[in-house]
Amino acid sequence: MPQYLHSVTLDVSRCKGCTNCIKRCPTEAIRVRDGHAIIKEENCIDCGECIRLCPYKAKKAIYDKFEDFAHYKYKIALPAPALYGQFDELDDVDEILTAILKCGFDAVFEVSRAAEIVTEYTRRYMERPDIQKPVISSACPAIVRLIGLRFSSLADNLLPIMPPIEYAARLARKEALEAHPELCDDDICVLFISPCPAKISYIKNPIAVEKTAVTGALAISDFYFKIRSERKNVKNPLPLSRTGIIGLNWAGTGGEATSLLSGKYLAADGIENCINVLDEIENGTIRDLDFVEFNACNGGCVGGTLNVENPYIAKARLRSLRKYLPISRNRVDGQDVSDDVLSDKDFFENIEGLSIESRAEAIKRMTHVEEIYKTLPHLDCGSCGAPNCHALAEDIVAGEATVEDCLIRLRENFHKN
Amino acid sequence: MIDNDKVNFHFDIDGDNFTTAGEASVKIKKALRQMGFSADTIRRVSVAMYEGEINMVIHADGGEADVNVYPNKIEIILADKGPGIPDIEKAMQAGYSTAPDDIRSLGFGAGMGLPNMKKYTDSIDIQTEVGVGTTVTMVVNV
Repeated sequence: MPQYLHSVTLDVSRCKGCTNCIKRCPTEAIRVRDGHAIIKEENCIDCGECIRLCPYKAKKAIYDKFEDFAHYKYKIALPAPALYGQFDELDDVDEILTAILKCGFDAVFEVSRAAEIVTEYTRRYMERPDIQKPVISSACPAIVRLIGLRFSSLADNLLPIMPPIEYAARLARKEALEAHPELCDDDICVLFISPCPAKISYIKNPIAVEKTAVTGALAISDFYFKIRSERKNVKNPLPLSRTGIIGLNWAGTGGEATSLLSGKYLAADGIENCINVLDEIENGTIRDLDFVEFNACNGGCVGGTLNVENPYIAKARLRSLRKYLPISRNRVDGQDVSDDVLSDKDFFENIEGLSIESRAEAIKRMTHVEEIYKTLPHLDCGSCGAPNCHALAEDIVAGEATVEDCLIRLRENFHKN
Repeated sequence: MIDNDKVNFHFDIDGDNFTTAGEASVKIKKALRQMGFSADTIRRVSVAMYEGEINMVIHADGGEADVNVYPNKIEIILADKGPGIPDIEKAMQAGYSTAPDDIRSLGFGAGMGLPNMKKYTDSIDIQTEVGVGTTVTMVVNV
């Protein structure tokens, strides 16, 4: 398997080795060892929860800088709809899009435009008779990774339509090549302006597509200031925006699901809520649902850790921004789902499980884990550096920790002696 | 099969708590995943296990669950000291339910518990005595 390249990373010099992040990581991907955190890459889904809660700002997202792409002849910006919610006193999206051009881009293609097309294709997909319901949105990469790690039996429920970011990049390239026949595809770079590390990670490790059309990702938190200063120079905004209410609504929880115009949906946000709902879907307890939208961040994409504004303020701004917009400004011809928007490969590899021999080995290891677990204090205090006693038992069997790492047991033994 | 080849997980199912019902099935899911079972096997076990847990909460004031994991099969034993099942044949019918109204208003008690447990497992054995309790043993072959 190719190496997975993460966006979420640790600045060791800032890490104090506290246990805030290990306790809250939804996939138990962090340990504290030798006085600082380490991220177990195979478990990290780049949700960004640790970035949100680290008191020392030791967790951060790796993103690209605009300057790194100077050598491309033609640069296209893909602003996420969440970006618009970051600016105050905005009543025209074109003001921001024009400012983005002034930052040095040759073209701008709103992700929300592609989102409206994805919405229409999703409606059509939902009418297919042979699909696995509930259909689960595949737009949040952190959620898709989570499903791959913890809920792989739901792989067939995932919507096999490209996320708006991917489809936007493809449409943007196509438009650019049509408008500028002198260009070839390699001359073009497509840069996403991202609200979260998960989507940056998507670009490095595309999901369900062979190759992504996105070249790199800027962070809203970084590029925002450049846009803001250029915004002051925008006197006459160019008529660039081609997004309606549906496209803008994708920035917040429920935007994707409500636009399908079917009452039988559920829209969850916050990673813990999403995990609970996924457990219930897997247990078969939630019945009679057609569509489920999951957002790893509270509030949806406006809640991503790379935004500068509070998610609820951003949402309120988007609400007033959409007031005079039509429902949707992007329609597609035909009846069925176009092949060029469908995923071109499976979401996950290896959901078939291990061989019987490997399972027998794993059972032996698990027996050992359970034996050790019984001897631990079950306080789940985290002071050993693992998120809970069971994780410590697993780490001990894996040879990554020892029983002496448990401070509670150490204290008990100390008193005994 | 000798005991060295299996790992046992034991759970006490709390009788009056719907919000914690399902915790055992979540824990089993995680363990099965770590031991390399396929997504399909995990799902079958989790559905059967969850239905069984809920049944014990609704009808029997809780009970005990034991899950024995072997390389080639998973055995789920649910034992309670509840009222017992007077008519197993009826209880196995889809839609037949004796759950009280307050339980149904929570969305449970649709009469699909035992039918689902049967549907998702390869074998199900029910030992029950009215007034004494019920033990359900299910096996999912891998």
